[in-house]
Amino acid sequence: MLDEMVRHAGEWLRGSGPMNEIVISSRVRLARNVAGYPFLSRTSENQRSELMEMLRPHVVSAAGGAAGAFLDMNAISDLDQQVLVERHLVSRNLAEGKGSRGVAISKTENVSVMVNEEDHLRIQVLRSGLQLDEIWRDINALDDKLESKIEYAFHPRYGYLTACPTNVGTGIRVSVMLHLPGLKLTGEIERVFRAARDMRLAVRGLFGEGTEAAGDFFQVSNQVTLGRTEEDTINDFRLSVIPKIIEYEQKARRTLVSERTISLDDRVWRSLGTLRHARTISSEEVMLHLSHLRLGVHLGRLKDVTIQTINDLFLMSQPAHLQKVQGARLTGEQRSIARAELIRRRLTPGMN
Amino acid sequence: MNMNCQVCKKQQATVHLTDIVQGEKQERHLCESCAQEEGVLPKAPAHVQLGELITGLVMNKTAIQQLADLSCPHCKLTFVEFRNQGQLGCPHDYDAFEKALVPLIERAHEGASHHIGKVPNRLNAPRAADDDLVRLRRELTRAVDSEQYEEAARIRDRIRRLEES
Ligand SMILES: [Zn+2]
Repeated sequence: MLDEMVRHAGEWLRGSGPMNEIVISSRVRLARNVAGYPFLSRTSENQRSELMEMLRPHVVSAAGGAAGAFLDMNAISDLDQQVLVERHLVSRNLAEGKGSRGVAISKTENVSVMVNEEDHLRIQVLRSGLQLDEIWRDINALDDKLESKIEYAFHPRYGYLTACPTNVGTGIRVSVMLHLPGLKLTGEIERVFRAARDMRLAVRGLFGEGTEAAGDFFQVSNQVTLGRTEEDTINDFRLSVIPKIIEYEQKARRTLVSERTISLDDRVWRSLGTLRHARTISSEEVMLHLSHLRLGVHLGRLKDVTIQTINDLFLMSQPAHLQKVQGARLTGEQRSIARAELIRRRLTPGMN
Repeated sequence: MNMNCQVCKKQQATVHLTDIVQGEKQERHLCESCAQEEGVLPKAPAHVQLGELITGLVMNKTAIQQLADLSCPHCKLTFVEFRNQGQLGCPHDYDAFEKALVPLIERAHEGASHHIGKVPNRLNAPRAADDDLVRLRRELTRAVDSEQYEEAARIRDRIRRLEES
């Protein structure tokens, strides 16, 4: 399944969803635990494998039945685990964990259900662009379906019980991935983040090692999970937070086009030049330049590259994807060379 | 607040503690790694946010010392272990550590201490009284949000009566 998977982007990276010029994707995750078992920090390996066997048929059915797949994290290679992380199908925490743990993934890669992550179950639904309503409808139905088979740990006062009290209550984590090059270039991004943090939202860099904003991609997520309904949390994002950020970003982009045309085009075309000609390049640098290309395409400055190609390159230029496609383990240096070659090939007219 | 850590004097202080020692307020400012060395911050917490919250709890040190002896009768986790690893041991911990967890939970969730979201279907039917509570708590949040404090006080009284019944 993985060999096939790495050759193209999942639905969420197709760049086709609503508001996709700014919103890369939307994700909702629910944390759930099974009643009658300790949380994972206190389970024995026996209990972990018991949990996995018990949950497995239910999560597979939730992820679309036979069309989906269940991956036992102990049965796949480190490289394959990293591929799943790069595709946002499992968390780094699940990949790096120990003991029985696994994930059910739907064919479209929109649904993934992790077993024995920090909680017994982490249900995730992901879609391209801003589609939180649709996601909530899907994940709520999925949760209902699982709950008819599994008794969840639930407390009349605290709601769904989780291993960490920061997730207790609804156990919901809404995350929206945003591309904000305009705000970054006009220097207004910090102001937006301060406002987001005042609203108790977490903002972090999207790709790369949990970094503070590598490149122009950011993930905004809620932190409060108690005392608000799931719908309240979703609606905050859908109706106020994200539209506001989109509005600011659009304004910044208009300013760039009207007042800083030369510097904007210079950035876009230099980035294309670098990507078309580099012989060795790091993931961070790729991310920065792809961000400029993406901006250039959406502002109509750059016509001979498609968003689809850019999204594909985001995914394929990451370390595990590169090695998986090459079919070999590569050193950092070899990866930088292979990455430059892959990008050159995809971005040079007539070569693809 | 931009200042260097009082211990290593090199890194920026990001952990700010206020201890009350014999009625005297003492402030201490540490960087993350020194705070970890001193055991005020769990090492490599699973959640950055939880680390911050636990730091907040250190403010009330005497209370924490009393709570340190708490342990869960089911999974045997002690509160100190929870503080160090940042993970609870089992669903019963929410009751076993209630005293210590409530302030932490409230701090994490903007003062909220009651769930008002989705409820598993199996619990839905026979809980009419609780449904009223859920509805009232939601109304209370709305009233507070819209600064209708008289209305909020009225709803709070109704919640108390229901909770006591
Ligand atoms: Zn316990």
